[in-house]
Amino acid sequence: MAKEMREPIESGCPDPFQYMHPTMRRNFGMWAYHEHPRPGVLLHVAKNGDKLWTVKAGTQRILDLFSLRKLCDIADEYSDGYIRFTLRSNPEFFVTEEERVEPLINALEEAGFIVGGTQNSVTTLSHTQGWLHCDIPGTDASGVVKAMMDELIDEFRNADMPNRVHITTSCCQINCGGQGDIAINVQHTKPPKINHDLVANVCERPSVVARCPVAAIRPAMVNGKPSLEVDEKKCICCGACFPPCPPMQINDAEHTKLSIWVGGNHSNARGKPTFQKLVASGIPNNPPRWPEATAIVKRILKAYNEGAKDWERINEWIERIGWPRFFEEVELPFTKYHIDNWRGSRKSLNSSAYIRF
Amino acid sequence: MAIDKYPTPMLDQLEEGPWPSFISGIKRLRDEHPNEKINKVANSLLGQLEHSYETRKGYWKGGTISVYGYGGGIIPRFSEVGHAFPESKEFHTLRVQPPAGNHYSTAMLRQLADSWEKYGSGLITFHGQTGNIMFIGADSDQYQHFFDEINDYGWDLGGAGPCVRTAMSCVGAARCEMSCTNEQKAHRLLVNNFTDDVHRPALPYKFKFKISGCPNDCQNAIERADFAVIGTWRDDMKVNQDEVKAFVEKKGRQYVIDNVITRCPTNAISLNDDDTITVNNKDCVRCMHCLNVMPKALGVGDDKGVTILIGGKRTLKIGDLMGTVVVPFKKLETEEDWESLVELAEEIIDFWAENALEHERCGEMIERIGLVNFLEGIGVEVDPNMVNHPRECSYVRMDGWDEEAIKWFDRQAEAS
Repeated sequence: MAKEMREPIESGCPDPFQYMHPTMRRNFGMWAYHEHPRPGVLLHVAKNGDKLWTVKAGTQRILDLFSLRKLCDIADEYSDGYIRFTLRSNPEFFVTEEERVEPLINALEEAGFIVGGTQNSVTTLSHTQGWLHCDIPGTDASGVVKAMMDELIDEFRNADMPNRVHITTSCCQINCGGQGDIAINVQHTKPPKINHDLVANVCERPSVVARCPVAAIRPAMVNGKPSLEVDEKKCICCGACFPPCPPMQINDAEHTKLSIWVGGNHSNARGKPTFQKLVASGIPNNPPRWPEATAIVKRILKAYNEGAKDWERINEWIERIGWPRFFEEVELPFTKYHIDNWRGSRKSLNSSAYIRF
Repeated sequence: MAIDKYPTPMLDQLEEGPWPSFISGIKRLRDEHPNEKINKVANSLLGQLEHSYETRKGYWKGGTISVYGYGGGIIPRFSEVGHAFPESKEFHTLRVQPPAGNHYSTAMLRQLADSWEKYGSGLITFHGQTGNIMFIGADSDQYQHFFDEINDYGWDLGGAGPCVRTAMSCVGAARCEMSCTNEQKAHRLLVNNFTDDVHRPALPYKFKFKISGCPNDCQNAIERADFAVIGTWRDDMKVNQDEVKAFVEKKGRQYVIDNVITRCPTNAISLNDDDTITVNNKDCVRCMHCLNVMPKALGVGDDKGVTILIGGKRTLKIGDLMGTVVVPFKKLETEEDWESLVELAEEIIDFWAENALEHERCGEMIERIGLVNFLEGIGVEVDPNMVNHPRECSYVRMDGWDEEAIKWFDRQAEAS
């Protein structure tokens, strides 16, 4: 006899008040101001005088049960049994007495986590799933992030950049990782290789055709079987055809490159939000440490740190000094690929006599 | 029983260096966990990952699985090299909706860890880029049991595929003086109203809600959400002149001029001779910069509400799009206000579901049909706050001009 299946309880998004630190629950909507006593620590003061110190830590993000339970042990001992996670996957711990801040920091550091990521730091790189779990990854985002954070750990621990720096990685150019002041994205550089024997059995052809951003995919008969063909001159190698049609293989050991984009800024502060712009590509996809990509990121960070004024994000610094000087300062080539040819691209061309010498 | 470990010379190099290593974490599951199944899954996963590092290629493909009663919420992954690494050949991720604002008690985290230990690989991410808790690595026999257990004590799956996705909101009013709305209420009202659309993917493509309590937009809502709710205010910003003076005294006039006064994008602030400031609130665009620099001296106003922007998204398939202002200001105070927020979301999702092409995000549809058609479709009047500037191209048919002008003046008269 078939076992009766359990109906799901469609409870949706849980109420956070039951998991919220009591000081936050008590002062919900009643905060007065905040300070930054030291890197990795924020102090929020409520209108009634209540104080809450937040200690932020960096982790490996993909947590094993041992690491998760270690974070819980630390929270039980120092943070009244509460943890919050930030957008960039950094856990935050809370104390209400100043003298307990230092022991909490020590406990986190002793357990191998890194305290930092506040204010003008380079926060943890946000990233996509990569070879660990994605179906069209050109690289391993977790590995790139681990290798890069090893080199940027001081920038995470200290908050001595001109303003905060958000770095993201995405393991293909669909860019799930998001917009960052610096974004390290994979760029597939060759059209998909089609296994025509499998297409008819595996792929819903109209939906594959619909998904192509440049209308480069057409239905075709190949060797007497229904299949698909790609106009290779049009193809931008985005890989969007692969998930609905795995016989259109986009992953390629040799021709997958990393590219670096800068100037994404999601805040409205001082200017409207901005998207990231291409600065470097053709960077070898070189596991397990990706040293070439890290070297370029460090060069950009160094030039930004030395050249930007207080509060300037990377996009604002470049807007002030101009792109010609940016390419000079970071010693990167400017190529025809930097000039946009996508929809609306003429808006990005210089139609003025503003020239930098 | 000792297991036959796959060699991992490349991954081993990711254990070097001071940053915490996810490879060390997976190895702990392989070597130290008391459950032999978890040891084997971790070993197999490491083997496949090392193979990816050697060959520079990924080996996962998707499929279709879900829990009983739902159509989505799980990312199915089947290994293309399962013959070589059989223990992790099925390695699905369950997307679970976090509490609004990502608050957790350790009791609840431990309960989740205990359940995941019974049924999964032992790998968890807080949180994926869509905002879900990612329970990475359940096989086809186990995911239903895991879901049943955590669903019984309060957790539900998030969205995957063409559906309403898991929402995200900033810490907001729980710990931030910049908060201009009740972020967690907006978050839960919106996404929980569409629970059916979360669990049963039947929309043209994904639809995301994100909520930030102020224009600093810490949730990255404008760039990443089809429906972005941004807290703001419309009366005067709060100025504590004593704190302004204290700030000027501490930092110096030059610092204040360079970092506050000249940084205002609309030149709305001036520094007075007595080290107080004057703010021209009519010119202020609520960019947040001066409040960020002087949080003790400057604060948000009292007449709070939200701005709603529609159509932000990532690159696929016409390039990255920002959200567009569709509601410049909306009070969220009375129950009626909150209900009308949900109704607006319903209007938008219904209109988009009926008019979008296959695999077309809401922002792409707006680009294709034009903002005016979209506004007419959802019953929202035009407003000059929706544009950076009026049209530049004169090729347009305008024989309805007089009627439209009357509408504008009627609305102005009604509002005053």
